Amino acid sequence: MRVGLFIPCYVDAFFPEVGIATLEMLERCGAEVSYPLDQTCCGQPMANSGCQDDAAPAEALFVENFKDFDYIVTPSGSCTHHVRSHFDAIPQTAEVKKVRGSIYDFVEFLHDVLKVGEFPWAEFPHKVGLHNTCTSLRALRTASASEIAEPPFSKPLDLLRKVKGIEFVTPERPDECCGFGGTFSVFEEPVSAKMGYDKVHDHRNAGAEYIVSADMSCLMHQKGCAERLGLDIKFIHIAQILNGARE
Amino acid sequence: MRRLDHAEAASRFIADEKHEAFHDARLWDLRKKRDREAHGIPEWEELRRLASEIKEHTLAHLADYLEEFERNAVKNGVTVHWARDAAEHNQIVFDILSAKAAKTLVKSKSMLTEECDMRPFLERRGIEVIETDLGERIQQLDDEPPSHIVVPAVHKLRGDVATVFARTLGTEAGNEDVNYLAESQRRTTRPYFLRAEAGMTGANFAIAETGGFVVCTNEGNADLSASLPKLHIASIGIEKLIPRVEHLGVFIRLLSRSALGSPITQYTSHFRTPRAGAELHIVLVDNGRSARLGMADFWYSLKCIRCGACMNTCPVYRRSGGLSYGATYSGPIGVIIDPTFDIRKYSNLPFASTLNGSCTSVCPVKIDIHDQIYKWRRVIAERNQLPFVKKATMKAAGRLFGNPKLYRAALSATGTAIEDLPRFAIYNWFNPWGRQREVPQPPRKTFRQWYIENRTKR
Repeated sequence: MRVGLFIPCYVDAFFPEVGIATLEMLERCGAEVSYPLDQTCCGQPMANSGCQDDAAPAEALFVENFKDFDYIVTPSGSCTHHVRSHFDAIPQTAEVKKVRGSIYDFVEFLHDVLKVGEFPWAEFPHKVGLHNTCTSLRALRTASASEIAEPPFSKPLDLLRKVKGIEFVTPERPDECCGFGGTFSVFEEPVSAKMGYDKVHDHRNAGAEYIVSADMSCLMHQKGCAERLGLDIKFIHIAQILNGARE
Repeated sequence: MRRLDHAEAASRFIADEKHEAFHDARLWDLRKKRDREAHGIPEWEELRRLASEIKEHTLAHLADYLEEFERNAVKNGVTVHWARDAAEHNQIVFDILSAKAAKTLVKSKSMLTEECDMRPFLERRGIEVIETDLGERIQQLDDEPPSHIVVPAVHKLRGDVATVFARTLGTEAGNEDVNYLAESQRRTTRPYFLRAEAGMTGANFAIAETGGFVVCTNEGNADLSASLPKLHIASIGIEKLIPRVEHLGVFIRLLSRSALGSPITQYTSHFRTPRAGAELHIVLVDNGRSARLGMADFWYSLKCIRCGACMNTCPVYRRSGGLSYGATYSGPIGVIIDPTFDIRKYSNLPFASTLNGSCTSVCPVKIDIHDQIYKWRRVIAERNQLPFVKKATMKAAGRLFGNPKLYRAALSATGTAIEDLPRFAIYNWFNPWGRQREVPQPPRKTFRQWYIENRTKR
């Protein structure tokens, strides 16, 4: 199984430890993983701003980098969603369609493809609040959303429950968007920050020591909010916990 | 037309902490009540699917259903008028009133008449127009448009209402008792009901097979408006059609549960024929709807039954207030409708969204609201309506991300991640980021550098 690892630009630049945990975790599962060195971005920031022409070169480059893999795995729900469901700034050739069909978010890949049953190396004796990102919840559907009348399910919780010592706390509004929203975070800064403040307060009030998520972009925003507020709360990607991070 | 600045208006709304907190909590409470009601009905998702299909079917055959509706309404003794746009609607209403020498019009809540800006039109022509819905009356007395399509004054605290009423209705200054305030509005509105020569309602549903229409309210004011004066005018958007009476069994179950989290509105009033000795006029209004129906991606917005559930759940709306959208329709539904009225003025609204998708999940008629928001962004960029800064930032980002060498040079030249990004990009990105948030600290090595050292060299 040849897996191409896509590390989103903000993870590459600011959170290399998340990329490392993702890579190591996939390697533990026996996948043959490589990281194409010429990768940059999936095109999402430009496409989400409506700028298809500006997204096209990034999308073309993405296909060039990842066209030869059986699977593409990335520790980001929103990049997965972009490639899978949008990603149409370039002509939809067979190659492009193959790439779009082979991408998986880290949680989906572990849960649905590798079906990892245990994480004996993992132990996380802390109270954590799970932040389901909006794309994970409502686009990738890795967990049930509170708005929809359906039996509850959660792929990230299925995985995290196998970690020794972990304890979950539930905020008042578990599904509420944290306000990151990509370029929204800068172009609608007042609302974005207010949403972030409310989100981290909600988790802290529920007793969370850590906020864990499958997407570092939301956490980058929430971390920035918590630090400015002086809130004592830490942030960690789900790949880090599953890979055995202790703190 | 100047581009509306939602972010700036929102920042003013947020700065008033007491109001923002109340607004957010009040609407979130409606969302929670909606969840309880929705999850209490096993067939809820089935109802949503049915409602969506009925609406899509009706819209796909709208011309036929409209004519069927007209035929049946005329048979019922109703006078039917057709208005191509807001101006025609307002003129028709004025002409109907003039023919009866009506000088006072009591009306119940109607977003359509807000959309047509009818009140000032009639007032300029000497007609006294009285809003009789409590929230709508508060907004009228305060000379403000409604900030929400179901709860028009939801952004006001009771102290605000007390101030407005003291100034306009002569209530005791500082008396914020809600019963006292509601009773004062009731007492001062009653005489208008008795005096008015004409009453106006909107409609929630118009039924093709009967020519009748249904108005759902909680205060009974629509029934008084329709039943006391000798003249009843109903303004109805052409998208309000449903084919058959039995379809109400789907929509009535969805409407109030989605809107307010109550199983049904206090009043669900069916109107079909004029009362003895009275006249009933229906004005069917297009005002851009048929043009919207012709838009391949955006016609789905016409399925909307105006429940406001998307607004209640929207984290952006709750924290920015309806008035910050500067349009008749605010929140997620407004974001996808408003640009059809004026693409330049409302070109920022599709960006007042995190694309979180909660609106789509609560919508009782399954409008793909957040997907439409995404698509509107493309249309706005294609029509060259993006603000310069956003356009230039995306161009720079597109160049950077399209070229691995450029990207790496920007990221790693000095071993820190952000120092070498183009000044322009940093300036525009991190200045607003850092206003209320800490900027992430670049690590010593990027992931790529770590990977090269730890995986390619062994």
